[in-house]
Amino acid sequence: MPSNMELRRISATPSPATGVRTAPTVAKMIDTTTCIGCKACEVACQEWNDLFNADIALEAPSEFGSYQTMPDLTANFWNLIRFNEHVEKRPDGSEKFHWLMAKDQCMHCEDPGCLKACPAPGAIVQYTNGVVDFQQEHCIGCEYCVTGCPFDIPRLSKKTKKVYKCTLCTDRLAYGLEPACIKACPTGCLQFGTKEHLVQIANARVEQLKHNGYEKAAIYDPPGVGGTGVIYVLGLGDQPELYGLPNDPHVPWTVSVWKHALKPIGSLLMIGALLGTIIHYVRYGRNEAPGMRKVDREEV
Amino acid sequence: MAVSRREFLKISTAGGVGIVAFGFDLAPAYAVVRELKIERTTETRSICPYCAVSCGVIIHTLGDKSKNVTGTTVVHVEGDPDHPVNRGTLCPKGITLKHDIVNNTRLTKPMYRASGSDHWEEKSWDWMIDTIAQRMKKTRDDTFIEKNAAGQTVNQCPGMAIVGGCTDNNEVNYLLVKWLRSLGVLYTDNQARL
Amino acid sequence: MTNNWVDIKNADVILVMGGNPAENHPCGFKWAIEAKKTRNAKLICVDPRFNRTAAVSDQFVQIRSGTDIAFLAGVMNYMLTNNRIHKEYVANYTNAPFLIKEGLLLPGDNDGLFSGFDPQKRAYDKSTWAYEMGTDNFVKVDMTLEDPRCVFQLMKKHYSRYTAEMVASICGCSKEDFLKAAEMISSTYAPEKAGTIMYALGWTHHSSAVQNIRAAASMQLLLGNVGRPGGGVNALRGHSNIQGATDMNQTHTLPGYLKMPKPEWQSLKEFIDATTPKKLRPNSMNYWENTDKFMVSMLKAFWGSAATTENDFAYSWLPKMDRDYSWVYIYDGAYNGIVKGVFSFGMNPVGNGPHSKKMVQALSRLDWLVVAENFETETASFWKAPKEYDPPAAAQIKTEVFMLPAANFAEKDGVFTNSSRWLQWKWKVVDPPGDAKADQEIIGRLVLKLRELYNKEGGKLPDPVVKMAWNYSNPVSPNLEEVAKEVNGKVLEDFTDEKTKVDYKKGQQVPGYAVLRADGKTLSGNWLHSGYYTEAGNLAMRRNPVDDSGGLGAYHNWAFNWPANRRIMYNRASADLNGKPWDPKRPGIWWNGEKWVGDVPDYKPDYKPEEMIGPFIMNPEGVGKLYAVEMNEGPFPEHYEPYETPVDNPLHPKVSSNPVTKLFKTKMDVYGTRDKFPIVCTTFRLTEHFHYWTKHEAILNQLQQEFFVEIPEELAKEKGIKHGDRVKVSSARGSVEGKAMVTKRIRPLKVAGQTVWQIGFPIHWGYAGKSVGPLANTLTPTALDPNSSTPEYKAFLVSLDKA
Repeated sequence: MPSNMELRRISATPSPATGVRTAPTVAKMIDTTTCIGCKACEVACQEWNDLFNADIALEAPSEFGSYQTMPDLTANFWNLIRFNEHVEKRPDGSEKFHWLMAKDQCMHCEDPGCLKACPAPGAIVQYTNGVVDFQQEHCIGCEYCVTGCPFDIPRLSKKTKKVYKCTLCTDRLAYGLEPACIKACPTGCLQFGTKEHLVQIANARVEQLKHNGYEKAAIYDPPGVGGTGVIYVLGLGDQPELYGLPNDPHVPWTVSVWKHALKPIGSLLMIGALLGTIIHYVRYGRNEAPGMRKVDREEV
Repeated sequence: MAVSRREFLKISTAGGVGIVAFGFDLAPAYAVVRELKIERTTETRSICPYCAVSCGVIIHTLGDKSKNVTGTTVVHVEGDPDHPVNRGTLCPKGITLKHDIVNNTRLTKPMYRASGSDHWEEKSWDWMIDTIAQRMKKTRDDTFIEKNAAGQTVNQCPGMAIVGGCTDNNEVNYLLVKWLRSLGVLYTDNQARL
Repeated sequence: MTNNWVDIKNADVILVMGGNPAENHPCGFKWAIEAKKTRNAKLICVDPRFNRTAAVSDQFVQIRSGTDIAFLAGVMNYMLTNNRIHKEYVANYTNAPFLIKEGLLLPGDNDGLFSGFDPQKRAYDKSTWAYEMGTDNFVKVDMTLEDPRCVFQLMKKHYSRYTAEMVASICGCSKEDFLKAAEMISSTYAPEKAGTIMYALGWTHHSSAVQNIRAAASMQLLLGNVGRPGGGVNALRGHSNIQGATDMNQTHTLPGYLKMPKPEWQSLKEFIDATTPKKLRPNSMNYWENTDKFMVSMLKAFWGSAATTENDFAYSWLPKMDRDYSWVYIYDGAYNGIVKGVFSFGMNPVGNGPHSKKMVQALSRLDWLVVAENFETETASFWKAPKEYDPPAAAQIKTEVFMLPAANFAEKDGVFTNSSRWLQWKWKVVDPPGDAKADQEIIGRLVLKLRELYNKEGGKLPDPVVKMAWNYSNPVSPNLEEVAKEVNGKVLEDFTDEKTKVDYKKGQQVPGYAVLRADGKTLSGNWLHSGYYTEAGNLAMRRNPVDDSGGLGAYHNWAFNWPANRRIMYNRASADLNGKPWDPKRPGIWWNGEKWVGDVPDYKPDYKPEEMIGPFIMNPEGVGKLYAVEMNEGPFPEHYEPYETPVDNPLHPKVSSNPVTKLFKTKMDVYGTRDKFPIVCTTFRLTEHFHYWTKHEAILNQLQQEFFVEIPEELAKEKGIKHGDRVKVSSARGSVEGKAMVTKRIRPLKVAGQTVWQIGFPIHWGYAGKSVGPLANTLTPTALDPNSSTPEYKAFLVSLDKA
């Protein structure tokens, strides 16, 4: 095993980060009040990450009658805008119609449930900048990460038997470039920067929205997972589920408890069998976040 | 670990400052970050061909334009960050321009459909140009009106329409208007009123 | 666009109407979002559908398709009655003070018609609309705006009928929503405020197309918003180079909007006399006075040394235009056997419409059809159109079809002119695939072949064909930089400019259109683009990303902006009478005591403010027009119903639709009535697709997988239609089938006391490409705007059934 990992966390590996260097936590901000649902981010992701397979997509069933591209994320579609038509009942008794659009992808949790749940050493890592990345060559396809994720993001590819999700374009970040979705976004509803800075910008935007008719505007940066590397500005901030976001996400207790308990044991190899049993339980007791769709779908 | 020495060096040097600055450390084998796929491609500035926002695009092609690079192709398209209007952004159509340029249904051969036929047949450019010129000349000569009923010189060619240009550059539009008005064509139009 | 894309960030109020920029121009729309974020600008969206722009707007008003004039006239009435107009601007920079002759009748006093209508000809005699001329041969004015015959008083009277109640009744919106929007829009009447309008085909695809835009322009003039940063009337154009194509070649104009000659103008002098406007006020600059210089320079570019003083610079070789030859007439001509051959570069008439079935029939009657294309289109393969288009059997179609594989944008260089009139050079990236060729080579080879045939065989009037100037280094495929130099213009013989005393030498590129001459010593393919390829080089290649306008987003050193690198048109109107900016934080140009500085002035730089030269230099009036005699259906915009309408016009039921709409007479030109087709239908574009091209791209097809019909929930319930059901939409001309998208985004409307339903569907599909579906234009009518001949794609009647 290589040593001197400059990573914050590594799945199924007891050692925490061994490096001494620090780095600012990076983040994405999604201002849903300026999102026009154009899907530039969807295809920017596909183009940059070479995820599009023309022949397969041609056969894609069109069972879904909405502007939304497809019902849910897939192993090769990591970035999906969810569309929702909503009638808001205003305090004065009037109704206001909203066509809500929100980008769905990996949230890059500060406290990543996927990584905690993963039994394969090194299959999921978290860099010191906060980015959570899957290393498919170490992935064993057990889908425990799927269970551990409070946002229902990772997807198993039926073809490769590995799990995939947004990498935050680590290959671009490594070269000092912003993620592909961020660069593409025509209206600038997607922003990239340090988390500290983006939280300030998001707070200012929330204040502006409150003065402009969005009394319930709020930031979405859920504390249950230690905050996320993807934060939202929501116009109807009291109802994140309207945007397809869980109200108060937590890493499933099963994952937390067992990871916590196991930590002092020091060697995962020693308790491999035990962990397997536990995770098996966890897997089938999988977390269903409110307001989130569960549609099994083939890759396209 | 599956990182060869060569790849390792590439990652380390290419990642360089950016990697450390953004919190990556690529020395450990666990963190295999893909190499930047456009690092050594050739960049050409162009303008998106769709709507009239006319976003600046950077089109990446394989190779460095050296003499022996003949089978080059477009490998990626991204917005031009210098462009004052789009500032690097693109809509879904602009981002996928690669699929417009490199597309297995692009027309690559002149095709002809004969009168009454139910199929295309491949023809040479020379045959096409000769035949089209003959048809144009015949139509012009058959229908040309030098003087109208009032005896006014009108020099009209009403039997022929030449349309297009909204997808083409100004210079070709200019060649087109010069040519078609010289032929006496009045029936001309483009997308402007559609 | 009068202004430019980035300038939208300077607006305090943005009215999006007759367009859906979030959907169709997302990267330009960012500047509207920027204004919202940085200036707290208000975004108002008025549309038949709650669309992607509406999703991020501050105020949305749903109106019935085709009632935009009623809405805008209502806003103007609100402004005029509540004194929310920019008075100094209106009095000095518009024709509000101009007097109109006695005898003009307005539609409110004349059963919906202006005076002078001839029902037989379906046309107006405009003599009663004219200005009252003084003995000095200039229009009489009343600067107090009190005279009952001045434009201001007439317009007040005309628009007074558009009360909030009337607007609500015509448009089907609530009175409250209308008033809220009117209040927001009119807030920019304050001199230091600026508001903009973003519109597109939602205004032009109507039988009252040009009057929609005139209404918008009038509103902006009353608010003092034209010519200013953050203001203007901004047409968001739909194709990458539709602006450049319009500048170069329209049916009825020559390059640079010079008029096409008519048969009655037999000599060049007659043409110049007839097309050069006379000043209507003493202080009008009247820039079109230079028409002769632009025309002669163009003739020299067309025919070179064959264009001489002796032969009127070959003026007689230009065809003379005696009627309407535009788009729909081309295919009507083909249907009627007048047009024998059609040569199409990148156009798709079967898809573009209107009335796809008639298009298929029209093409079936041609002798020949040439298409130069990137992909096989519905037009190229019209002879194998599916049976729902009723094509004749292939064996019965005599048309020979030539399909030429053409290079696309990345496979050739040259300039695209964007919506803000920026001439931007693009560089060639790759070679075209296979045997595909660039259009300049297709044209070049045909030019040479036709010349050879005419030289060999003779024929009708060979001179213009064989003597056309084609002296490019490579005549087979002209180098586009060489062509660019010809478009810009060059000096043919040495001369000294009479005004500036500057010497110009033979062979030199002209620095701009101001030095062009009527004596044949200069040539210029298009005077309006002159200045982009000067002795300083190809300015369309400039890529300096520094904003030199103090944050206003003008970018004078990026590319070239016609005219004369000016970023905002009519920018003299950005300053008050003394030359001070209306808003010092957003100056356009200003008088520094010696000259006008700031943006490139749309004005003579040394005209002193006290000379009071009008800012609208292209109008013979010198000012902006609230009243326009040129219009074919009246000098003021009036609400007329779409040609196919679900209700009688609430203002004047006897004259419901535009009385001078252009219609067609073949047996296929049928129009529907509300008894059989009770539902209003509109068509639109999606951000995921471009026109009829991108259905060839699988990656975009996955984003919008099939043709669909947007149906209001309440109507779906009434018809028993569920989300995802297949439905059939029929008009008098045909029907289409697709998936029902049942939505809250379109609501039932209360129009003139009755419920009116609207539905809509996107264009983009057809029978060629990787994602096939019905052509939207199967349903659209051959009813045209009388000024622009634009078909009424956006409002027609249909029936809806479960398929």
